[in-house]
Amino acid sequence: MTARESALRTARRGQAITALALAGLAGVYVRALAFTPVERLQGPAQKIYYVHVPVAIYALAAFAVTGLLSIAYLWLRDERIDRAAEASAEVGVVFSVVMLISGPLWGKPVWGTWWAWDARLTSTLFIFLLFVGYLIMRGAIVEVDQRARFSAVLGILGLALVPFIHLTVYLFRTIHPQPILFKPSAPSLPGVMLTTILLSLGVFTLLYVGFTTQRYAVASLRALREEELLSDA
Amino acid sequence: MRDYLGVVWAIVVKDATVEWRTKTAFMSAVVFAILVLSILYFARDPTAVSSMDIAPGALWVTFTFAAMVGLNRAFLLERENQAIDGMLLTPVPRTAIFVGKMTGNLLFVGFVELISVPLFVLFYNVSLAGRLPQLLAVTAMATVAFVAVGTLLSAMAVRTRFAELMLPILLLPFLIPPVVGAVQLTSRILAARPASELMGWFKLLAAFDIVFCVLAILLYEATLDE
Repeated sequence: MTARESALRTARRGQAITALALAGLAGVYVRALAFTPVERLQGPAQKIYYVHVPVAIYALAAFAVTGLLSIAYLWLRDERIDRAAEASAEVGVVFSVVMLISGPLWGKPVWGTWWAWDARLTSTLFIFLLFVGYLIMRGAIVEVDQRARFSAVLGILGLALVPFIHLTVYLFRTIHPQPILFKPSAPSLPGVMLTTILLSLGVFTLLYVGFTTQRYAVASLRALREEELLSDA
Repeated sequence: MRDYLGVVWAIVVKDATVEWRTKTAFMSAVVFAILVLSILYFARDPTAVSSMDIAPGALWVTFTFAAMVGLNRAFLLERENQAIDGMLLTPVPRTAIFVGKMTGNLLFVGFVELISVPLFVLFYNVSLAGRLPQLLAVTAMATVAFVAVGTLLSAMAVRTRFAELMLPILLLPFLIPPVVGAVQLTSRILAARPASELMGWFKLLAAFDIVFCVLAILLYEATLDE
């Protein structure tokens, strides 16, 4: 099997996973809207929770994956790791945009304001901007090896920056709710809502994997095309 | 160890000599700092906001922008005529070259700050009596923080397209912790708050300095072409 065929196969696999995830997302929303009770204080606005929280978790997880793959790249120097890091960063940026749009839509009815310089909001905004910069830098370097090395350096620096940003904005103050789901004691959420959010998390796992796989295949195909162009010239 | 420091010193002296002969970058950074300080003074409603309220922020925005004007210089110099290749061919540890560049930038930014602070005191009518040592500590720690990251990122930025545009985009997210910390500390120091209110931010700056100095030195080699 040629490299091209295997990249196309990866792309198809990614499409299949994404299709499954999108069907699952529709299912989660039917469940969230019709079969999950309306939250007493927040009303229907709370339904955004089932998108906002999973997408936020996967946005940050995607950036963490980019950071870890950056370390792996500098160690193993395998082009494929660099492509995977790029794919994950791009999916993370897209997820962050969804998070930054769904957040204010929820914030307006519940907090009474579209935007607040709250700790978690602020840190995710800065981390988002950091990885937008990462993608901009990738676009400004032509040479493959140099692009991979510079991106890895930036990815590692970014990974180290996250806790500092979080600490910095935390020393201001926060109006985000304290963790509901991931905390030492049991999740403080009624059972029906818990099932919905867990289903949604599962769906977003698939969505992340599906998107990243497709984006990785695109990067592989692009690298092949660049090689062809170079050998033609 | 002595050889290593010798290399560092040689690079600092070389860069300082080049800068001393033209003074272009230094003068630009100083004039830039004065302009930013004065523009920020007018960027408020004087009947509602006293200049003292915005003074710490103005000082650090000025330092940040002025540093960014200077940071690209260190590696831009070496890009012309591929001078960096000559340096890398010399049989010296590569990290020494980086530490030399970083020390040079530290001196550059330090001197710009040294000139800006008296102007800041004059323009914003701030009294520094008895607060100078604390303010000096904050400035030193925050400056090390952004010069460490800035030198590494500028080594990469000058080798991308749109080099001058790339550095601010890459660097500013990294400046959030040190600049926010420095502004918080400066305003508390100027308001003569007790030292216990400063410790949290001082610890943050110290941790940032250590982590990013080490990372910058370790990662520098990865930015070099083989």
